[in-house]
Amino acid sequence: MVRFEHVGLRYGLGPEVLRDLNFHIEPNSFQFLTGPSGAGKTSLLRLLFLSLKPTRGLITIFDNDVVSLAKDELSVLRRRIGIVFQDFRLLDHMTTYENVALPFRVMGKDESSYRGEVVELLNWVGLGERMGALPAVLSGGEKQRAAIARAVIARPQLLLADEPTGNVDPTLAQRLLRLFIELNKSGTTVLIATHDIGLMDQYDARRLVLHDGRLHSYD
Amino acid sequence: MSDLRMDGELTVTQRMAGLLPKSDTPIVPKNSIAGRAMVAVVAIMTFLASLTVGAVMLVRAAASDWQSDVSREITIQVRPETGQNFEGQIQRAIETAREFPGVGEVRAFSKEESAQLLEPWLGSGPALQDLPVPRIIIVRIAPNATPDLAQLRKLLNERVAGASLDDHRAWMDRMRAMANTTIFGGIGVLLLMLAATMLSVAFATRGAMAANRPIVEVLHFIGATDRFIAYQFQRHFLVLGLEGGLIGGAAAIVVFILAGLAGKWGAGFSGGEQLAMLFGTFMLGIEGYLAIAIQALATGLVTALTSRHTVNQTLRTVE
Ligand SMILES: Nc1ncnc2c1ncn2[C@@H]1O[C@H](COP(=O)(O)OP(=O)(O)O)[C@@H](O)[C@H]1O
Ligand SMILES: [Mg+2]
Repeated sequence: MVRFEHVGLRYGLGPEVLRDLNFHIEPNSFQFLTGPSGAGKTSLLRLLFLSLKPTRGLITIFDNDVVSLAKDELSVLRRRIGIVFQDFRLLDHMTTYENVALPFRVMGKDESSYRGEVVELLNWVGLGERMGALPAVLSGGEKQRAAIARAVIARPQLLLADEPTGNVDPTLAQRLLRLFIELNKSGTTVLIATHDIGLMDQYDARRLVLHDGRLHSYD
Repeated sequence: MSDLRMDGELTVTQRMAGLLPKSDTPIVPKNSIAGRAMVAVVAIMTFLASLTVGAVMLVRAAASDWQSDVSREITIQVRPETGQNFEGQIQRAIETAREFPGVGEVRAFSKEESAQLLEPWLGSGPALQDLPVPRIIIVRIAPNATPDLAQLRKLLNERVAGASLDDHRAWMDRMRAMANTTIFGGIGVLLLMLAATMLSVAFATRGAMAANRPIVEVLHFIGATDRFIAYQFQRHFLVLGLEGGLIGGAAAIVVFILAGLAGKWGAGFSGGEQLAMLFGTFMLGIEGYLAIAIQALATGLVTALTSRHTVNQTLRTVE
């Protein structure tokens, strides 16, 4: 599904923050990406999410060489990838329902074709009562769940999450982890970037560890 | 307008009332500082442009009124010549004009009327009776006729000594030149304003896109194509442009209506009378208001097109 070969990344003229990465992500797999703060987790996610291009090496996602893709092809490819940002990135002027429905709207779908699905997912993540609320009045945990709902609503094949439990209490973190596991069981490939060792200890999965820009894998 | 959404709680109660949840909030938020500024710029520009259009229409209408009044009438002036019977000269001139095809009513000023015309300059008194004052003959042109004035002039010269024909052509040419200058000047002002509008709209669009950059990023991340994003912004700016055009155009129309009413009410006073003489009733006709409406609409569309161009340009450079 995803293949990295000798991938390196640097920002501008700075040092290489990612060096010679080689790894695969298999379909339907579940993995954690971990490492100390500043190790390059977010940068690696941005490569996976096609918002950065590698300065060297080859990245293949869904059998596409990402460097060769045109801008609009990238957009369409991104629809198969869901991402949860560390800072949520919800649109402040839209309700929770509208934020979560946004991927469908962007695809040009008719609202009647997805309304039920969005409501169902919102109920499932416990935001059924908050559908009409704007992000400004949501708690941190509610925003986190809204962001996750938006990332998964269009059933992406690959789900990326950047520190999804960074802003929530341990109980909610546990619930979110269960949510990711559920999604994985229903066929989504999941990669969670986290430095929360307690979280990783709750679920036995592959760990990709970034250190000094290099990757070590523990299956 | 619909600030309902600014209040999350209100929307919740709405939803609870059993309404289906809906995605109808514009993707580009409507109420932003950049958006307000854009509406203000477009409204002001439309207002000024509408005033220009209205003024040009007034001048044009007034000029064509004067022209048609004046061109339906010509004057023959008869100067007394030594060795001629003055009344006979006048009579011959009248007859020549009356017989001429295409001529309607012909009327000569009497001696007394001519004296009256000159009274303000020469005063009244017996001295005037003795002065050789030229006589004016007013010749009305028959409705829908276009008499050959050159021919009439020739006949008069042949038959009547001291007669000259004035078809006011020189005066009308000057009038027309003045009206045209005003109209061209107005068009020039409009073009300048259009350019200024486009420039400010381009800047306002860049500002709005910079302010909405997080939204553009999120849209990209969830798989929106540039086309989709551009469409959202174009719709946003079309609404803003039309709103500005509507406000500016409506304000200008109100100003013209008020000016028209003021002209009517002020008709009794000296200033009002003069204005009425210059501009008729100082009222824009239907076509004047139509021109303003079209102009306001056009400004809105130009705004939208300018924004569209700027949006596409900006998106091309955003990664
Ligand atoms: N936009 C950027 N420009 C320059 N340097 C950056 C940028 N983003 C991240 N970095 C640098 O790259 C390194 C890895 O950062 P990041 O990927 O955010 O790590 P993590 O998510 O593991 O904390 C850090 O040294 C950071 O300073
Ligand atoms: Mg990070």
